Amino acid sequence: MTSTVVIDKAAPTRAVKYGSMSRDRTWALRWSYFFLTLFAIFSLVPPLYMLITSLKSSAEISAATNPWWVFHPTLANYAGLLTSNQFLRFFFNSACVSIFVVTITMLISVPAAFALARMRFWGSATLATGVFLTYLIPDTLLFLPLFKMFAAFGDLTGIQLINRWYVLLIVYPTLTVPFCTWIMIGYFASIPKELDEAAIIDGASWFQTLTRIFIPVALPGLIAATIFAFTVSWAQFLYPLVFTTSTDQLVLPVGIITTLIKGDVFNWGQIMTGALLGAAPPLIIYAFLMDYYIAGLTAGATKG
Amino acid sequence: MADVTLRKVIKRYDDVEAVRGIDLDIADHEFVVLVGPSGCGKSTTLRMIAGLEDITDGDIMIGGDVVNDVPPKDRDIAMVFQNYALYPHMTVAENMSFGLRLKHFPKAEIKTRIDEAARMLDIVELVDRKPKQLSGGQRQRVAMGRAIVRNPKVFLFDEPLSNLDAKLRVQMRIEIKKVHQKVRTTTVYVTHDQVEAMTLADRVVVMNHGRIEQIGTPNDLYHNPATRFVAGFIGSPAMNFMPCRLEDVAGKLHIRLTDRIAFPLPPGRAARYQNVARNEKLLLGLRPEHITEANAHPEPGVEAFDAVLDVTEPMGMETLIYFTLEGALICGRVNPNAGARDGGPLRLAVDLNNMHLLNEGTGAVI
Amino acid sequence: MTLPLILLIAILVIYPAFYSLHLATLNKSMQRFIGLGNFEFLFKRDTFWLVVKQSCIFAITAVIFKALIGFIVAHFVHNIPAKGQRKWRGMLLVPWVIPPAMSTLAWLWLFDPSYSAFNYTLSFFGIGPIPWTGDADWARFSVILVNVWYGAPFFMIMYLASLKSVPEQLYEAAAIDGANWWQRIWYVTLPMMRNIIAITTLFSLIVTFANFDIVRILTTGGPLDHTHIFATWAFRIGIEGSDIPLGASVSLFMVPILAIAAIFILRDINKRGNEA
Repeated sequence: MTSTVVIDKAAPTRAVKYGSMSRDRTWALRWSYFFLTLFAIFSLVPPLYMLITSLKSSAEISAATNPWWVFHPTLANYAGLLTSNQFLRFFFNSACVSIFVVTITMLISVPAAFALARMRFWGSATLATGVFLTYLIPDTLLFLPLFKMFAAFGDLTGIQLINRWYVLLIVYPTLTVPFCTWIMIGYFASIPKELDEAAIIDGASWFQTLTRIFIPVALPGLIAATIFAFTVSWAQFLYPLVFTTSTDQLVLPVGIITTLIKGDVFNWGQIMTGALLGAAPPLIIYAFLMDYYIAGLTAGATKG
Repeated sequence: MADVTLRKVIKRYDDVEAVRGIDLDIADHEFVVLVGPSGCGKSTTLRMIAGLEDITDGDIMIGGDVVNDVPPKDRDIAMVFQNYALYPHMTVAENMSFGLRLKHFPKAEIKTRIDEAARMLDIVELVDRKPKQLSGGQRQRVAMGRAIVRNPKVFLFDEPLSNLDAKLRVQMRIEIKKVHQKVRTTTVYVTHDQVEAMTLADRVVVMNHGRIEQIGTPNDLYHNPATRFVAGFIGSPAMNFMPCRLEDVAGKLHIRLTDRIAFPLPPGRAARYQNVARNEKLLLGLRPEHITEANAHPEPGVEAFDAVLDVTEPMGMETLIYFTLEGALICGRVNPNAGARDGGPLRLAVDLNNMHLLNEGTGAVI
Repeated sequence: MTLPLILLIAILVIYPAFYSLHLATLNKSMQRFIGLGNFEFLFKRDTFWLVVKQSCIFAITAVIFKALIGFIVAHFVHNIPAKGQRKWRGMLLVPWVIPPAMSTLAWLWLFDPSYSAFNYTLSFFGIGPIPWTGDADWARFSVILVNVWYGAPFFMIMYLASLKSVPEQLYEAAAIDGANWWQRIWYVTLPMMRNIIAITTLFSLIVTFANFDIVRILTTGGPLDHTHIFATWAFRIGIEGSDIPLGASVSLFMVPILAIAAIFILRDINKRGNEA
């Protein structure tokens, strides 16, 4: 195992050739940056291409010049969409639905998470796991029975649910509440019990403990959950496609796809602009609140 | 087994120099302890020997080979970490044999080595358990087992006992010493606890602010510290430092502590300090065991004086007394039946045969 | 306090799930009870078995690639100094942030038969125009590609968080014990990450298997049903074809497969527990 060459201590030499540590490390770093650049390009090509196309006029697109470059940039597509009542209606619907759903979600998740994290009642542990397990039942399984259920409900009570944007307020929470509850349980559980006890000694009720201590301390978790709920609501495609059909009831993703693609004529400039505008709100939130975004995702992983 | 040499080793992080030029020669089979306060650079030095940190400047040689650029796995060293760093998903046996399995040792050889190490460390019944089923002390033994089994040139210990409770620490200290007696591998041991340093080391290296203050055997360092830092760091309770001056009174060299207290120096000391400037501000270093209760027949060099005690700490076999001198808190050790009381007066004696005189500015011992 | 949560899940998740079982036993106009008639009908249809095969291949291939790419990229991000990691992470997560419906539109445009930007670039290398969505095999490739593009960042983020939680000292101990870089991954990283790998794989299998958006927008199941998966086919039959019971039968077929996957992986997690 060891070298048997006797070395004179006064003259440092190396008996056996070893790899150089610092050289290895520099190369590892260079390869890392190389591959990261490749992956970054791969990740960013589609959105960049959306941007490039959105700045092109129809004429330029059909002229089939270099698709990666804009020769005559124009904002006509943006102007067109942002002045189109229909498009604005879509945007408004999406915004309304998302904001309402976020509110509803937090109103359901936060108290539920508080109860599950702190109160030990019969079945609380099973309920907590059960919440997670609802994600095993995908929306693509539920959309048909829900459609029938809402249609039947409409016939029975006269309250029209199909083809109304507010029906989405009922179904979206099934997608957001379980995960948001799970995030909040993780954050609440990490608050030391001593804080509760100090609050009780100071004379706080359950509600006060929740609002004055838990929520402020778990604020990062709240923000993360809110962002998650918003993003999921905004991006929904299947449920609105199923439940809403008239153009004035559509939300953005469905609206863009069904109205901008008329028959065989694709106005790609407008479509890409619409897609970009549709992707804008989550992207903007992400740009400013990236850390909360990521915290929401990984909260499940590291705290769960 | 091999010797370890550090020559002018420097470690720089951006603008901060954590290690500022260390020269150290560790002989084969020697147990050397690097000791010092947090941030003195001892762990950094150890990690440079291990290859876990790059060396900014200087050379480190193991067994005569310069290992500056050699990756840890090729240096033939073994390390025991403060947090044990046991692989949580492997059993004790698998943890200990990991290094050997990577080098494709024959199974029989691996088994022999594990058995031998397990017996030495008294962990034979634990070999099939996972780390999470073990106590702190047991985990530490497994970490040591992992090092022993590799039969490396050098053992490196990075504050291994810091996470254990006091009683366990004493036990493990003895274990480590016994292991070193059996397996005479060169060892470099890092700790901030001077008791560990004194009890385990063949030689102690006291470090401060990235530099070596003094190297010596434990007794050396205790009785002949070279700097104020070493004098104050080694020994518990710490050495007392009192501002003083030398003066000649009636032809004999005296040391003056306060307006009212001055002691004649014993002949040996008087001779040594003959050429020191009088009336210059100096420090008198005196260990607590050399400040005791006065008895009727003082020996030569022992001088008595009266003091009013602030606080006493009865330790059972002795009582620690604290009193104030010129604003400084001085500690002494007296017999439990010497009549020491909180706030009470006591006649004390200082043994000037064991005094140290320090230059206040440079901190050097004269 | 948990009542709204319980109600929500009970009424809008659990009840519909069972209701779909009931629906699947009705005839097209939902008047008559026909038992397993719908299922018999499906078993005889070639398209059905095509859909089953495609869904499985799609889900398994996509998840494997997503996990692999996510793992590799997470390592690269972990390797670079901490200061720079944030902006790389930011760039690499973008695919996951954009609503899949929107980004799939971009891919649709990138794959366009006449104007594909990819074909334009490839033509410079002498590679002929590729029918990204026109040819059955290429269409399947495209669908998987878009899914991997969209989903890999999720794996990357999860694995990166998990990588950071492995104590550095374990790697140092392994390095001193003589392990080189892939041995460190095999003996230290992977075992420590077992739980997170299992959870993300399960989660992703379910989500990918039940995916709707990408196939719907990119190929609508074509060409000739060769990219149809359960969700899109169920939509075609149930909503576009107004045959809800038959559509429900199709959707229900996902359940046994998902359940088996879930059982396997959850069992593995429980067995392993948490290692200190």
